[in-house]
Amino acid sequence: MARIVQPAGQPAPTNAPNAPDAPASNDAAGQANFDAIIAKDSRVEPKDWMPEAYRRSLVRQISQHAHSEIIGMQPEANWITRAPSLKRKSILMAKVQDEAGHGLYLYSAAETLGTTRDDMMDALVAGKARYSSIFNYPTVTWADMGAIGWMVDGAAICNQVPLCRASYGPYGRAMVRVCKEESFHQRQGFEILLELAHGTPEQKAMAQDAVNRWYAPSLMMFGPPDDDSPNSKQSMAWNIKRFSNDELRSRFVGMLAEQVKVLGLTLPDSEIRFNEDTKKWEYGPLDWEEFKEVLAGRGPCNAQRLERRRSAHEDGAWVREAAAAYHDKQLAKQAAEQKAAA
Amino acid sequence: MHGGGASLGDSSASATRITPGFALRPEDIALAAKQGTARPGADVAEYALRLGDDALILAQRLGHWISRAPELEEDVALGNIALDQLGHARSFLTYAGSAWGKSEDDLAYFRREPEFRSAHLFEQPNGDFAATIARQFIAASYQFPLYRELAKSSDPMLAAIAAKAVKEVDYHLDHSTQWVLRLAGGTEESRRRMDAGLKLMWPFVGELFEDDPLTAKVGDAGVVPSSLKEEFDRGTGAVLAEAGLDVSGHPMATGGGRQGRHSEYLGFILAEMQVLAREFPGASW
Ligand SMILES: [Fe+2]
Ligand SMILES: [Fe+2]
Repeated sequence: MARIVQPAGQPAPTNAPNAPDAPASNDAAGQANFDAIIAKDSRVEPKDWMPEAYRRSLVRQISQHAHSEIIGMQPEANWITRAPSLKRKSILMAKVQDEAGHGLYLYSAAETLGTTRDDMMDALVAGKARYSSIFNYPTVTWADMGAIGWMVDGAAICNQVPLCRASYGPYGRAMVRVCKEESFHQRQGFEILLELAHGTPEQKAMAQDAVNRWYAPSLMMFGPPDDDSPNSKQSMAWNIKRFSNDELRSRFVGMLAEQVKVLGLTLPDSEIRFNEDTKKWEYGPLDWEEFKEVLAGRGPCNAQRLERRRSAHEDGAWVREAAAAYHDKQLAKQAAEQKAAA
Repeated sequence: MHGGGASLGDSSASATRITPGFALRPEDIALAAKQGTARPGADVAEYALRLGDDALILAQRLGHWISRAPELEEDVALGNIALDQLGHARSFLTYAGSAWGKSEDDLAYFRREPEFRSAHLFEQPNGDFAATIARQFIAASYQFPLYRELAKSSDPMLAAIAAKAVKEVDYHLDHSTQWVLRLAGGTEESRRRMDAGLKLMWPFVGELFEDDPLTAKVGDAGVVPSSLKEEFDRGTGAVLAEAGLDVSGHPMATGGGRQGRHSEYLGFILAEMQVLAREFPGASW
């Protein structure tokens, strides 16, 4: 099992955070090299010159992704102590813990671009950074553990599998590890719903209610419609993003439409259909006003999620300071011993 | 790609939890009991119940830290320890329950407070990180020699569960030892908190090493609690000496957990843990 026993307070290892030393962004040779990498659909590595806008865009995307993993722990951690069987408790604990691991991989990937985890965390707790809006909805029943795994982790997979080929090497490699675990999460969520759907009438109703509530928010995880997504074009030109928001959303709907039959449940959208002409899945209109409200901080749990992250971070400050102080003292002690021995 | 992305199959594993080859899953234990190849007598079952309850309640406490830890690495580390303890609990409870035709979930979710056998240490609130580390340091310093000795049990199933558990508790002991040293030797504040955490938790050391008629009756199948005390004192003594911490003045509390007399906290722990299962008795999850 993964055992990360890196002492708190020490910076996570970074590959080559040479951003500050990188040549100026008007470096023509660097730009030519970068363009060649993108044209070949090859990988940009931390040591390579890259346009400032590319770096900024990646930092924004990767840090938002990392924050989403971390904030995303909360709605599910909400049920760890109440999980209705010990097996489910164990699977849920492992899942939420996996998400912490995903956050760690992603923060490390972002650090290779010259930012630090501390800075990213500070921005998050200050409410200055974004994370996926889906985590601002409450988990009110056990069935939400199933719906989140099946739909939210499922949407994450649809989004993230193409990111394994993202042009920035450390990001793509982090996504490979993340995607492996997300597919476990999705199966586990599906299994929770399957069990409920075949349980008592109350359990089945609980499952249907959760699917109804998480359906639209999970579709909105792919971001605004293509005609309202200003950053997508540039992101696709840089080989970071591979498919448009609507393309991915349509694939996701197709996956849900097939799998919901196995569950014996329904999706709360009567307009879902496979268009034989376009070979694409279609669905009914989504409430983008609600999406914008939640994004603007007016969702049901925005304040609660941020406050929990802030208090965990601030309550833990003395621990991180202690670990750093201890680490420094140990180094000083070693240095003194070496000096005495010399 | 329409019409099905992820395939749906076995979901009992997680990518971050690689099940080792010698793994003994609760499902295997239940199967062995059903087939009659391993079913404990009443005394051994009672003994396994104690071990299972300690681990279960500790896992329940530790699980609360996930998403609240001081550093992401500790969300992962405390999560690992909680998962290990929960795994041990499931094995011990499954084995114990097989004597009475009960499942791990019957025992975890449908027993009342006086029927639990956990020691008071494991029921203590998390407090701050230092209090949790103090509790964990005591727990691991007790469980490590316990499981090492239990791996030699005359009861093959207890021996097998303990042989797997001791490898994991070895890590728990290392984790908590490192943190005791770090907090004691870090800043003034962390030292004060570590000291306060030990003051809160140390009174519950005594109960762990008390012998009673059951520990005598199980004989070679179990481990005599008092026989572990010397090693516990030596191990914790060395760490505390290095950390410059003194616990000698802390009085021992009266226990009673093994007889079903618990701390004020257990009722709340059970209320939370059991609420959903009891809302739907007989349901499958
Ligand atoms: Fe994740
Ligand atoms: Fe996930």
